Amino acid sequence: MKTNLALVAAALLVGFGPARADDHERFPLSPAYQEECGSCHVAYPPRLLPAQSWQAVMAGLDKHFGSDASLDAVKAKEIGGYLAANAGRSERLAAPGANGGVNLKITDTPWFKRKHRDGHDGLSAAVWKSAAVKSPANCAACHRQAAAGDYSEGNIRIPRGN
Amino acid sequence: MTSRFLFALFLAIPAMAARAETPADFLNAYQAEARQAQPGFTSSPQRGEQFFRRVGGKDWSCSTCHTDNPAATGKHASTGKAIEPLAPAANDRRFTRADKVEKWFKRNCNDVVGRACSAAEKSDVLAYLLAVKK
Repeated sequence: MKTNLALVAAALLVGFGPARADDHERFPLSPAYQEECGSCHVAYPPRLLPAQSWQAVMAGLDKHFGSDASLDAVKAKEIGGYLAANAGRSERLAAPGANGGVNLKITDTPWFKRKHRDGHDGLSAAVWKSAAVKSPANCAACHRQAAAGDYSEGNIRIPRGN
Repeated sequence: MTSRFLFALFLAIPAMAARAETPADFLNAYQAEARQAQPGFTSSPQRGEQFFRRVGGKDWSCSTCHTDNPAATGKHASTGKAIEPLAPAANDRRFTRADKVEKWFKRNCNDVVGRACSAAEKSDVLAYLLAVKK
């Protein structure tokens, strides 16, 4: 009986293990990042912006998209280090334009635009405008486990646009 | 030697626990600070409520995000993210950590009134929030 249970457990690990460890959909969480940045918006996956973008974001926290999001020096150093270490490296994250060619918004990157284009996975202008979504910064409207750092396809539920 | 150390540790533990602060501690501290500039100052829940609802330079007031009822769940004005209730009666984690209290007063006063809040304003807001029932 014991052996059987062990076998079942092993089968479960083999069966579900790889799907759960969906590396490119997950990222290491930092309690400081979650608490400090995640109190006003979802703690966005660090790999969705290049290191130079995160550096620019951290340098302008006192005027952060219209709000004062300033941090004390200790927290700023810790979070800046975490973002730099986990930043994205793809050239599809660079969006030349404002701010001297360093984009501050994930939604401006070619990668984001392609992944969230009209018609893709049932997305439409109405979905973006719906009361449930309202802002493209509202990841959790569709990525239901975004707060836990999980953006896997299996956890996407697009609310109906109305 | 070891027992002395353990005894010292035994004494130190309650002292460490006592460092956790209550909303009333913050009210008293801000009121005491305000009295240094203005002897006889007494915090007022009415003034605190007016301040809480007053719209500042960016068309924001405290209540823009925290709603007119600080015991209710609020909503961030730009991102729409839910904000847990601010009134201690509805959320016992509020105003218990000095670093958080100072951080949010600094950020939010800057956003709403475009400057740091005075100790008098902070003590009035605390008096108001403490008077809010669940």
